[in-house]
Amino acid sequence: MSEITPELVRHLAGLARIEVTDAEVAQFASQLAVIVDSVATVKAAVGSEIQATSHPIPMSNVFREDVVRPSLTQKQALSGAADSDSGRFKVSAILDED
Amino acid sequence: MAKEQLMDYQKALETYEVVIGLEVHVELNTNTKMFCGCANVFGDEPNTNVCPNCLGFPGAMPAVNGKAIENSIKIGLALDCEIAATGRFARKNYFYPDLAKNFQTSQYDEPIAFEGKIDIEGPSGKVFTVDIERAHMEEDAGKLTHVGGSTGRIQGAEYSLVDFNRAGVPLVEIVTKPIYGAGDEAPELAAAYVRSIREIVKNLGVSDARMERGNVRCDANVSIRPKGQEKLGTRTETKNVNSLRSIEKAVKYEIQRQAHLLSQGTAIIQETRHWHEDRGATSSGRPKSDADDYRYFPEPDLVPIQPSKEWIEQLRATLPEKPAIRRKRLQELWGFSELEFRDVVNSDLLDEIDDTVKAGATPQAARKWWTGEIARIANSEDKEISEMPITPKQVAEIAGLIDSGKLTDRLAREVLTGVLAGEGDPAEIVSKRGLEVVSDDGALLEAIDKVLAEQPDVLEKIREGKLQAAGAVIGAVMKAMGGSADAARVRELVIQRASGE
Repeated sequence: MSEITPELVRHLAGLARIEVTDAEVAQFASQLAVIVDSVATVKAAVGSEIQATSHPIPMSNVFREDVVRPSLTQKQALSGAADSDSGRFKVSAILDED
Repeated sequence: MAKEQLMDYQKALETYEVVIGLEVHVELNTNTKMFCGCANVFGDEPNTNVCPNCLGFPGAMPAVNGKAIENSIKIGLALDCEIAATGRFARKNYFYPDLAKNFQTSQYDEPIAFEGKIDIEGPSGKVFTVDIERAHMEEDAGKLTHVGGSTGRIQGAEYSLVDFNRAGVPLVEIVTKPIYGAGDEAPELAAAYVRSIREIVKNLGVSDARMERGNVRCDANVSIRPKGQEKLGTRTETKNVNSLRSIEKAVKYEIQRQAHLLSQGTAIIQETRHWHEDRGATSSGRPKSDADDYRYFPEPDLVPIQPSKEWIEQLRATLPEKPAIRRKRLQELWGFSELEFRDVVNSDLLDEIDDTVKAGATPQAARKWWTGEIARIANSEDKEISEMPITPKQVAEIAGLIDSGKLTDRLAREVLTGVLAGEGDPAEIVSKRGLEVVSDDGALLEAIDKVLAEQPDVLEKIREGKLQAAGAVIGAVMKAMGGSADAARVRELVIQRASGE
């Protein structure tokens, strides 16, 4: 069984900007351990002769012409925003006073 | 915030060896963004050049801008890099409001260009070869405006506003290997390096390269270690230092700050720091994330890039000459002394003077105007010379008017003021302001005779060979003519009068 520590779960939660309770940390630690072990099992099954694959179809160099296409209007762009001000998306403060 | 203590710069350099590393972001000037067809324009109304892609809407599919790839390869080639046979995009995951997708499309282990080098001349003239580790493609983030709080900065802001016009603009990030041995020239070398990168991308025509608009941005990594120690010290990364002057100051500040801490037995924390131009200091930002924290993985929505050898060679053939070679050529062509030429380079005026000479001015006249009067006015207005509203063609025109005797130096400076005030081209200003030199000898003689009548002894003195006596007459005539006379011609006429012609 992989060692997923409570600290690691809290670190991941921090990166993902989600708050977790102590109970959740314990729950996620055991769940994540199962996932990591499953991946390890798959990894063990793959021989060294098999190349890592990021794309199933061997294609490359698919490019777009550098030609401007219509954008959304400002109104359309902001229509789904929770809040906006002066044509910009409004978001809550990012950092506390240092 | 408590002011941080610094060690004296010279003392710091006696004790510690400085190692720097530079990351320069170059915004490409393509018509459209990196992964969508939204316009890549600076200064438009907020959130008007945005689409489902750059707003991170679910299901939006990116499409690579071929021109951006081409420009990135050109940058790689200009830096003597290898171009990757296969390059791939990767997702760099992090959560921040300037990035709607919650990941930045970047490159990780397969950058488009790697293993390059560039020669940089330090302030003493010593040439450093800076090794380039990689140049990779990525997209810019949106622009945040922090509102509220005491400083307008991110700390203490009540909320932030986001404009995504810049999100998705193509960037090339150029990363150096650690630069050793620069010693006390490290701060200047860092600035000279960024200047060279700016020159390269400008000459390639792939970026507008205007630092004041953030087209070229530098993150400076600085670490120090006690002299003789093998192990590298802990580094800090000062973000987004946005002028050449600031780069120099920020690197110097970090050297002094770290030296003080180490001398006190305090460990350096690996972190990003922010440069504050107003108080000439850096402050602590966030702790530096490890690459692991970004959970990079290959971008599934974009296929690999495999530039053919033919394409690469075709692009290589279009490269302009390298900055170091260009400088050598221009210095010889212009015949400037070492000192004059270094002044031009350090003032960032190579392009301006080159263009002014191409527009017909002599190299010395071009140099004199740009490093003299124009630089002086820019300095007094606290502006970069490149921001001054005058073109090399206009400067050449002013120089031409002096050469043809139509303007004196003093009148030319007045014309320059007119050009900077937006009154038009030099010839228009001359006629509008009535600045042309009086070349009509009749009018000059009239003024001379008037002055001589008031100073009758002058002619006698000149006849006795005391030619300097003419000076007082010339001065008075120039004053009477409102400066619009050619002093040399006035002198000739005064002496003619004295010799009874």
